[in-house]
Amino acid sequence: MAGLQPYVDHRVLLILQDGRAIVGVMAGFDQKSNVVLSDSKERVYSMEEGVEEIPLGLYLVKGDQIVLIGELDEAADKAVDLSTIRAEPLPPIRY
Amino acid sequence: MLIFSVFKTLTDQTVSVELKNDLSITGTLKSVDQFLNIRLDNIKVLDEGRHPHMMAVKNCFIRGSVVRYVQLPAEHVDTQLLEDATRRETAATKR
Repeated sequence: MAGLQPYVDHRVLLILQDGRAIVGVMAGFDQKSNVVLSDSKERVYSMEEGVEEIPLGLYLVKGDQIVLIGELDEAADKAVDLSTIRAEPLPPIRY
Repeated sequence: MLIFSVFKTLTDQTVSVELKNDLSITGTLKSVDQFLNIRLDNIKVLDEGRHPHMMAVKNCFIRGSVVRYVQLPAEHVDTQLLEDATRRETAATKR
């Protein structure tokens, strides 16, 4: 099984179907890959300004909205100055 | 079910996954489940300059339903065997 167990209590990056990127600590998940994130923030990317982080707090993301869950290397993540990053937001999923 | 088995034989090989949001991710296939959710290790995003979103992500879980293509290492797939197996499976389900 490609389970999510290794990600629990780790800081993860979630990419959603509409292209949003949310980082947070994975508090839990279930068989339908619904995910609970604690201390979560949305990262808003744009070409005009650096990455904006919007605090969201405790978040439950439905499994069917999830595209990808990535484990964040905290040291590598902290080393990046988000205010210098300019990028297009990720495109939404198109079936 | 057949394709699930094929992916299982490809664990620890390098594959490229193209998602339905046009993101291409290369990495080592760590595991796969019945939904063809995929876990990749040591990932690299194609065109990282345009997609810096996953810079600090080393391994990830990809939801099977958002995968468009998976590029397999040809040398690790017995195409003839796969052809025969798919034909056998279709013949079996037709009956």
